[in-house]
Amino acid sequence: MPTVGVEFAKVSYTLPGGADGHTGRSLLHEVSLQLDAGTTTALLGRSGAGKTTLLRMVNDLVSPTSGEVRVGGKATRDYETVPLRRSIGYVIQETGLFPHMTAERNAGMALELAGRPKAEIATRVREVLGLAGLDYNEFRERYPWQLSGGQRQRVGLARALATDPMVLLMDEPFGALDPLTRAEMQTMLRGLLEKVGKTVLLVTHDLDEALYLAQRVVFLSEGKVVADLPPEEIVGSDNAYVRDYVSAVHRAVSA
Amino acid sequence: MMSFLHSYGWEVGRLTFEHLWLTASAMLLAVGVGLPLGILLTRRRRLARPVIGFANVMQTVPSLALFGLLLPVPWLGENAARLAIVALTGYALLPILRNTYVGIGNVDPELIDVANALGMSNIQRLFKVELPLAASVILAGLRTATVTCVGVATIAAAIGAGGLGELIFRGVASVDNGLVLAGAIPAALLALGADAILGWLEGRLSVRRS
Repeated sequence: MPTVGVEFAKVSYTLPGGADGHTGRSLLHEVSLQLDAGTTTALLGRSGAGKTTLLRMVNDLVSPTSGEVRVGGKATRDYETVPLRRSIGYVIQETGLFPHMTAERNAGMALELAGRPKAEIATRVREVLGLAGLDYNEFRERYPWQLSGGQRQRVGLARALATDPMVLLMDEPFGALDPLTRAEMQTMLRGLLEKVGKTVLLVTHDLDEALYLAQRVVFLSEGKVVADLPPEEIVGSDNAYVRDYVSAVHRAVSA
Repeated sequence: MMSFLHSYGWEVGRLTFEHLWLTASAMLLAVGVGLPLGILLTRRRRLARPVIGFANVMQTVPSLALFGLLLPVPWLGENAARLAIVALTGYALLPILRNTYVGIGNVDPELIDVANALGMSNIQRLFKVELPLAASVILAGLRTATVTCVGVATIAAAIGAGGLGELIFRGVASVDNGLVLAGAIPAALLALGADAILGWLEGRLSVRRS
């Protein structure tokens, strides 16, 4: 029996109501989900289905209105926020790097915040940049504007890995990249995840990316889980949501 | 020209120094108040409108009237330079306050999100992310404030606080254009110089994004 990395227990989220007392829009409705430690789970669904909200609950950027999220068996609300966040890597689209910091400082930020000695940070940054496929000596002094989209994303990934977190949250990490760079990044990430073994929650619109990287694919629609399948069962599934998604993506091929 | 410099050169120098002293003191005070207050407003956004509104009103009071109005105030009225510095601070406050508030408010929310996700405390986020990214906007405010201050400081001579305004007022009273220019030209040069230096600094501090 695999250990549970992250667990959502009947998690709901309702936006705060207006000043006139009407209740806010419900974004998530009693979502229950267990992510096994060391595996990758992809979250798919339309924009507005609640994917990002669910992901942001793991590091408590959003708190559930009811239910709880557990990380390593402990509810997020029982953690102190700062240590919880530092134990979770977070990767978003390419805007996520600090523009006024070099690749090295960006990648080592979590360690800098933890007050680690400079030499240790440098060693670790060399390691994680390497894991993400960037040469330390070549890239350490570059600012984000001196990097390509793919390179920026690699630095972002390195930053998320620097503290060797137990959980990695990735919100459309490759959404802004061209298809070729994106494919390279997916290959790199898959190899990397095989090496480091993290509990990964990946929000994506890209079905192929989900199938390639995840051991499990969860479909959200209007704040509810509507399908939860291993990747090999996606194509050919008789679940209506999954069928719609697959046929929308592969329309050109199947027409 | 030479005889003019001979008779007034020393005085122009002294008054320029006085002018600088008034302006610099007021700027230091205004930064000391405006910067922390602007930061506080980004944390308590509900206060932003009334506070910035108040600073706005300060800005609209004619300077001569403000100097006059402050004259009977107990501690202030005792010393003309003291009064001038406080009044100048009032004028310099708005651009600094507003630009600090707006500059920090305009930092990309995704970067704030990342800062939080990395586990930055409020203070760490301020010093490592928000202030560096807002620096050029804040400095632009400082620049506006300095130029305004150098200009308004000439009026301070009306209440006997000294500065280059003294030459201007005297020149106007005695219909002596040379004397007016002897005050106005150094004042203009001071404003231009401060503007150039701060503009250079602003460029240095702006963050390149693409």
